[in-house]
Amino acid sequence: MEKSLEVINTRIRDGNARVVTAEEMPAIVDELGEEGALEEVDVVTTGTFGAMCSSGAFFNFGHADPPIRMERVWLNDVEAYAGIAAVDAYLGATQASAGNSEYYGGAHVLEDLVAGKAVELRATSHGTDCYPRRAITTEVLLEDLNQAIMVNPRNAFQRYNAAANAGDRQLYTYMGTLLPRCGNITYSGAGTLSPLPNDPAFRVIGGGVPIFLGGTQGMIIGEGTQHSAGSGFGNLMVTGDMKQMRQEFLRAAVMPGYGTTLYVGVGVPIPVLDLSIVRSTAVRDEDILTEIIDYGIPRRDRPSLKKVSYAELKSGSVELEGDRVKTSPLSSYRKAREVAAELKRWIEAGSMELALPTRSINAERRAQSMRETARAPRVRELMNTKAVSITEDEKIKTAARKLLKGETNHLPVLDRNGMLVGIVTTFDVSKAVVHDGKNNLVRDIMTKNVIKTHPEEPVDIAAQKLERNNISALPVVDKENRVVGILSAIDLGKLFGGRWQR
Amino acid sequence: MKLLLTFSRKRESDPGRQPVIARIVKETGVLINVEKANIDSTAGEVLIDVPDQDADLIRRRMEETGISVRSLERNAIVRDEEECIDCGACISVCPQNVFSFDADWRIQVRQGACVLCGKCIRACPHQALSQQQ
Ligand code: SF4
Ligand code: SF4
Repeated sequence: MEKSLEVINTRIRDGNARVVTAEEMPAIVDELGEEGALEEVDVVTTGTFGAMCSSGAFFNFGHADPPIRMERVWLNDVEAYAGIAAVDAYLGATQASAGNSEYYGGAHVLEDLVAGKAVELRATSHGTDCYPRRAITTEVLLEDLNQAIMVNPRNAFQRYNAAANAGDRQLYTYMGTLLPRCGNITYSGAGTLSPLPNDPAFRVIGGGVPIFLGGTQGMIIGEGTQHSAGSGFGNLMVTGDMKQMRQEFLRAAVMPGYGTTLYVGVGVPIPVLDLSIVRSTAVRDEDILTEIIDYGIPRRDRPSLKKVSYAELKSGSVELEGDRVKTSPLSSYRKAREVAAELKRWIEAGSMELALPTRSINAERRAQSMRETARAPRVRELMNTKAVSITEDEKIKTAARKLLKGETNHLPVLDRNGMLVGIVTTFDVSKAVVHDGKNNLVRDIMTKNVIKTHPEEPVDIAAQKLERNNISALPVVDKENRVVGILSAIDLGKLFGGRWQR
Repeated sequence: MKLLLTFSRKRESDPGRQPVIARIVKETGVLINVEKANIDSTAGEVLIDVPDQDADLIRRRMEETGISVRSLERNAIVRDEEECIDCGACISVCPQNVFSFDADWRIQVRQGACVLCGKCIRACPHQALSQQQ
């Protein structure tokens, strides 16, 4: 048996369509069987409410008198992109405030506008014959704007990687605060309620389909940027009239130490046309799998610590290397339910009809990594390979001599087998001399907990280590912990001074 | 009950330079659990937990030594319900399991356990948490 969209829309118009949320669907299929569910259910509504960094809106401010061709535009001190016609601009949610507030950005401007607050518009121009004005500062309200069209390049991911941090420093990421030594796990997405897991083949989700966006009816444009449905990370580009949106479904947020982002409510209604749609909308949290990724590794290809289902993540804790680790969702499941419930009410009330995609979304596509023509430089290319070192049972005096002679003020300390066991600096040696000491050997004064790097580490990461630990050199070791060089702040200066050649 | 002690330690005779807590434990026999201590060269702040029935006694003895005492019975952490969207970011950063979800995925706050470490305040993406003054 199949059901046509026309039949479903007729039922919606007549006010007798049977609409359920994606959370209710699995139990219905269990009870009635797939055939029974197909007969019984017309529409499944989905919903998600989480941080969607890739969001923003186009504005048209109308012309001032005398008119200005706005070249740079700020809204409450947050810069919008104005390289589009005279009085248009696009403001992105993650744009930071030009002032130095960590707690205000593009997302906050968007929320303030939707909340009906006045926002200061400031613009500059070089002045032209047709647009003589060079500067303007005025207050605007959302209702004053000709258009405020939300266009979010990448929303409603199919699933997200969960995050943990195996390193020993607390991290502040777009996945929230990550405690060291895997002290917590964060994840995002609504699992069974999320739109895309309910139609992973993109049969009925595609360009032109009406959706819930920010509290009003919006539309799917097509695949989102970085769409990668082939690897389970599909997403949508969506649009909607911001003037109709409601603050409860559009909330600015700040990921501490990372930046601003916008929490957006997105819901897609799924017409139950045939058995394969029944099956895909019966998806449960248990069936949606993701990986817990170690954000302690600051590289693109971060290792996975564990494969988990959304059911495990939502249970509140996950077992990780023998410990039970608490989880935090970051997105709001309560609000995701509100989105799905409101969408359900709209359809039941006949105020929203469904449509099939006019442009389908590729369910196989995979996003590529950046093809970098200039590879990020590695430590090997900058390190000094003539590192002078010392062994732990040599005299402090010998260390002093070596330091005096060499160009360095850091001596890596080796054990008898040539392994790195410590480091001494000019400062350590002077201190030992001043304290006129009992200490005789390098081993007594060396720092044992050495911060080091390896030849293949990107220099940006080595530079971060220097900066964070407030030190000026890093021993470079190979896999066996043997010293193969030393990287100093001076070596890095060569790079950042622009003299480093590929 | 939790008591927040603040004291000066500028001068040799200031309570912050004396083993005040140890002395009071010894004198009164009340077991004091130190949950957090923040001490710098001129002042200190210590959060202690004491059995409810002994709180008055300990407060009095502390105050006699020149320490100022504030009790943190309820609402040590305040949640702004307008700002909170129940994202749960606070749950996993809290060392004391103060936050949890109820059956409807709303945040529940179990105040008594808070040790005022401040982690949740910074971790909340919606700036909904603050420390009650
Ligand atoms: S982190 Fe903030 S917004 Fe999220 S649940 Fe906790 S208090 Fe609410
Ligand atoms: S201040 Fe610390 S202990 Fe108190 S609720 Fe927040 S995270 Fe938990």
